Formats: sequence, structure tokens, C-alpha cells
Amino acid sequence: MKNIRIIPRLDIKGPNVVKGIHLEGLRVVGEPKEFAKFYYESGADELLYMDVVASLYNRNSLKDIIEETAKELFIPLTVGGGLRTIDDIRSVLNAGADKVVLNTAAIKNPQLIKEASEKFGSSTIVIAIEAIRQENGKYFAFIDNGREFTGKEVVDWALEAEELGAGELLITSVDNEGTGAGYNYELISEVSNVIKIPLIVHGGAGNINHVKDVIEITKIDAVAISSLFHYETLKNLKFAKKEMIEGNQDFLRSGASNTKIKSVFIGDLKNFLRDSGIDIRI
Amino acid sequence: MSKKGVIIVDYGMGNLFSVVQACKHVGLDAKISSDKEEIRNAESIILPGVGAFGGAMRQLEQLNLVEVLIDYANSNKPFLGICLGMQLLMTSSEEFGFHKGLDIVEGKVLPFSNLVDTTKNKVPQIQWNKIEVCSREAKLTENIENGAYMYFLHSFYIEPEDNNIITTLTEYGSKTYCSSFQKGNIFGTQFHPEKSSLQGLNMLSNFKKIVNNE
Repeated sequence: MKNIRIIPRLDIKGPNVVKGIHLEGLRVVGEPKEFAKFYYESGADELLYMDVVASLYNRNSLKDIIEETAKELFIPLTVGGGLRTIDDIRSVLNAGADKVVLNTAAIKNPQLIKEASEKFGSSTIVIAIEAIRQENGKYFAFIDNGREFTGKEVVDWALEAEELGAGELLITSVDNEGTGAGYNYELISEVSNVIKIPLIVHGGAGNINHVKDVIEITKIDAVAISSLFHYETLKNLKFAKKEMIEGNQDFLRSGASNTKIKSVFIGDLKNFLRDSGIDIRI
Repeated sequence: MSKKGVIIVDYGMGNLFSVVQACKHVGLDAKISSDKEEIRNAESIILPGVGAFGGAMRQLEQLNLVEVLIDYANSNKPFLGICLGMQLLMTSSEEFGFHKGLDIVEGKVLPFSNLVDTTKNKVPQIQWNKIEVCSREAKLTENIENGAYMYFLHSFYIEPEDNNIITTLTEYGSKTYCSSFQKGNIFGTQFHPEKSSLQGLNMLSNFKKIVNNE
């Protein structure tokens, strides 16, 4: 039976974990190391770090965060955001990442997927697709946190990436991300029905039933979760940076009232899924 | 008497940092090296690795490490291969053509498509999967729970010639395959103990005990 991975996703900006809605309006929620350690000890199957300011500065702080994490956490660590070249990938892997996520650079130069998968092994290369539904009902891939249109249809791009040697796909529904409205089953099914490599989905979980549904309705392999876990983690204030606690209180209150997110502790989610008959590592 | 350590063989394939950290975490002093003398004199070695078989063998050849590793295997000192590092110990691989391996353990590396229906089972297998402990005598799996989850990430699997060396089996697509083995001083795991949380660390701790003859 397929064992579903539950992957906390930490969006990183400089030295901080941030969270937005539709990948926009980022707020600082705490320190990566604290969040990561908490999730590791609570049974996370893998961690996903995305450097959301993509790239041009603060590279070293991302490397430091990876190294610090890999020293104490003995589960797989996947890292993405702003990786453009083979050297970028190597530096992240050398710092202790197990897999890398490519998006913009892969769309602009699909051969990078081939080169990287030959160099580091297919199973090291994850391709992220940020999908936005168009008026004609079709899903297109976007880059730059959903800001830039690429002209590539999601399913075509998924198949092309697979063909070029990608080992895994990470699909984010930008329309749903951070809203808590549930996953976009239409988008996810379109992709999961045609690809052979593992699929991680992200974006939209508002409660534990959404996670259960997406696993049961579509053929996915893993879920990457941020809001649902982070809001729960933040309730325990020792995880928030002290000087930010005040601002975060407002954010949390507004987050709780403006969105439909009913946060959950990762261990409770895993128990719930297992009790629902889904194969989960406890 | 000071405790014995391990040399992590660096041949440019994969995440060595995590292997070193995990060894240190269980109290096994670990150092990365691609130096022939250092490897020859090591009290134990780990051959890690992620990537393609053919490329990995070429790297070992370029670094003149093939003979060093074969000699090491004959030295009776503990030698652990992880993932691709384990596959390299086999006689040959059918990954993108035919490649000769180190031939330290008789057997083949085969594509998952030989074993499972790839329309129903994803390749690569990237997931936590259970191990069924077959041999209670094996030191590497001592105190490891039957059905413990380990982290797997691979598209190829091994088929050793001698089934008696198999220490754990794993099921994928309702077929079972060898997920770890022990042949004398040679150990191999298809999964990544350094990425398999507490159960994986327990296994590395067992390796430490083997190294120190505890």
C-alpha cells in the first residue's frame, strides 16, 4: 500500500518563516529551526523549505538554515526557491538538503531538469508547478509566486518535466493557497491521472477533512501543509519570536476570522488519517 | 580505549552531510574522505550515495577507489553501503544499460519495472515503507521493530544471489524485495537510516556497536 507523506512546508524569507495567502502578503511567523524541530519531533515525514523571496539576496542565510536543520533533524529535507543553476543545486545539497525544488529556472530552461537529474539523480529533483485557473477553464503554470504567466498548460508541463527526468512534482493551486477553502480536485486529478512520478500537493487545506478528501479522491503521494500546521504551532507562543508576538497576535486573530482555517497539530492529523484507513507512518 | 570511528567515502554523489551528522548523533565519530590511505586505514567505512549507477562507478574509477573498496571489503572491517552505495556493492546493474559493479556481493541491480506494475506504482519509490526483519541474528537489525518505517528513495532494487544474506524485506506493489543485507562484515541498506528518524538512528547505533565490537 502507498504510504502518504505529510510534509510541513516552511516558506522562508531571510532568517524567518513567513506565511501569506495566495502566496502573497507575507507575514513573519517565527524561526525556521524552532518550527522544523517541533515538526520533526511531532512526526513529520519530510520537511519542505521554500525560499520565497527567490533568490537574489540572503542566499547564505538559507544555507545556514539548511545546515542547522540537517544537524539535528533526521528526516528528508527538500529545499527550493531561486535555484537557477547546477551550482546552486549542488550548494543546497552540500548544505544537507536531500532534494531540490525547481520552478522558474526549469520553465525558462527545461534542459536544466535533464542536466540536474543526470547529475544528481532523478529522485533528487522536484519540479514545482504553481497553477492558476484561466477564464477558459484551463490551468496554466505561473512563476514568481503566481505573478508571471508562462504560457505553459499545467498538464503539458507536468508531462514534459517527467519526460526530462524530474523525480517528483509539487503542485500548488495558487487560487486555493492560504484560503482554507479545500484543495482543487479538478487540477490535482488532471495531473495525477497522467503522471507516473510521485505527486505532492499544496494549497487550500482548511481542516483535517480536506486533507483526508484529497488523499481519497485523487491519486497523490504526499501533502505539503503550511497554514493548517503553522497556526496551530503559533498558539504555543514559544515558537514565535518574542519581538513579533504582538504583531502576530493581530495576524492570528485576523487569520482566524478571515480564513476558514481550522488548524491542527501534525500528530493529530496523522492519527485522524490513519483511523480513516489511510496508510500513514505514525 | 578510545572509540572507533567511520570514514564516509566521498565520491561526489549525494548528501554526505546528513550521514556524518547522523553518525555523530549516535556517537560514531565520522569523517568525510576520498583519500585512499585514509580509507584503507579506516576502522569502518560507509559508502553512501544518491544518483545514477553508471556515473557513480565512473567516479569511483576516476578517484582510483575501486580497488581500495574491494580490498577493504576483504579486510573484515565493517563496511556499510547505503542506497546507491549498497547497489554499487553488487556484481552488475541494468540501470540505463549494463554496468559492472564492485562485485563485492554477488547479485544484480534491477529496475523496479521488472518487479512491479509501474502504471499502478510510482517509480521512483519516494516514501516511508516498512521493513520486515528476516534475520534476528543480524546485528544491524537488533532491537529494530518488525514493521518499522524507513525512508526509501529509489528506482532500482537489488536481487542478491544468496537469499540467506537478506536481513530485511520490503513490499512494493505487493511484491517483496531485499531492503537490507549482511554478508560477513559487509552491510547494505536500500533505505536511508540517516533520514529515517529514530528507527534509522537506532540502526546506525547498531552499526556503531558492530564497529566497536560491543
